[in-house]
Amino acid sequence: MGALSGIRWVQGGFAARPIMATPLRIVIAKPGLDGHDRGAKVVARALRDAGHEVIYTGLRRTPEQIVRIAMDEDAQVVGLSSLSGAHGFLFPRVCDLLRKAGLEDIVVFGGGIIPERDRPALLEAGVAAIFGPGTTSNELVTFLEGLEV
Amino acid sequence: MDRRELARALSSAETIVVPARAFEPWRVLGVTGSPGVGKSCLVDRIVSCWLERGERVAILAVDPSSPITGGALLGDRMRMASVDAGDNVFFRSIATRNVPGGLPIRLNRMVDLLIHEGWTRIIIETVGSGQSEIRIVSVADRLLLVEGPARGDMIQAEKAGILELADLIAVNKSDLEGADRVADEIRLSLNLTGEEAAPVILCSAETGDGIDEVIATIDSLPNARGPAIARARERLLATHQEYLLSHPKFSDVLKGLSEGRMSIEEALGLLQRG
Repeated sequence: MGALSGIRWVQGGFAARPIMATPLRIVIAKPGLDGHDRGAKVVARALRDAGHEVIYTGLRRTPEQIVRIAMDEDAQVVGLSSLSGAHGFLFPRVCDLLRKAGLEDIVVFGGGIIPERDRPALLEAGVAAIFGPGTTSNELVTFLEGLEV
Repeated sequence: MDRRELARALSSAETIVVPARAFEPWRVLGVTGSPGVGKSCLVDRIVSCWLERGERVAILAVDPSSPITGGALLGDRMRMASVDAGDNVFFRSIATRNVPGGLPIRLNRMVDLLIHEGWTRIIIETVGSGQSEIRIVSVADRLLLVEGPARGDMIQAEKAGILELADLIAVNKSDLEGADRVADEIRLSLNLTGEEAAPVILCSAETGDGIDEVIATIDSLPNARGPAIARARERLLATHQEYLLSHPKFSDVLKGLSEGRMSIEEALGLLQRG
């Protein structure tokens, strides 16, 4: 997630993990006009190393495209990264379109530069969790593997 | 089946029973080639063209799983601008889940299901492959091998393997220096066999040069140029592997083998089915 570029790697943290019986399928998406994806790529890599299958959408996707990608890929989780300040519109829009597509069982999490004051509204809109700068890869993986999907 | 049901069904294709597909008319294009030669960009061009003329196109893009963690980063769709809109295109990223040969088990059934659901063209993009990953011929009706310039000395073209089974060879990146020489050397190598050689076409997915010719050639190829016996062999091996991997005792046998409790022969004996 965008600002998760501040993510701290736990060296060798996953080395001893057994291969997941059924990996989660996770879409990492960059909604809107935001050209920064280092954080999203770091998160994608961390989830890959935790044994999951990660589909990265590339930059500048619309909420409609992201929902369609999540559907076609049969993903259980969608991670949204935004550093542009448009999260207040884009994240709820993705959650809304997922519900309309009958995909309300997909878990959405967010990351990037998301000010504290904006977070309650996003959680209210259906985002399950927000991970800001400084989140460790372990925190994120623990959150995802604790999901009932 | 609506789009969402199809997407879900593809995840558990082993439980879906649909009739195996017919060989005519042809439906399945395999696209293979080394990493970085431009498979995804070329596929994007082909998809756009087929969509324009009214085909329903499904793309199955295969990327490798980590042999250590089992995880995978599936990035092919970010290179394909054509696939995220419209009802007539479907794109699915697939991890190999470490099946030898570079093609996941279930792929054949996924293809059967897509065809059954009315998709008229299926493109399978393999992992960036070397010379010996020929399992794709067990699934594809037609095989497009993508090559590019600056691929080392062309003794590569003399080596046996996928080059002999390709129905068409596209030398991509024709806008870069050396592409025409690579095409010449591949043609020369193929012509030495004395049989009718697969066409070798220069193209550039970047500029669009030669793409029309590639597509016209794909459309007009005779079916399954690769020797029928080689294709049947790969299909049999792929099915047998699927059989082994889905055996209920498979993980027990693996454990037994890794702990030195049984020999390979005993393991195979346990995995036979009555």
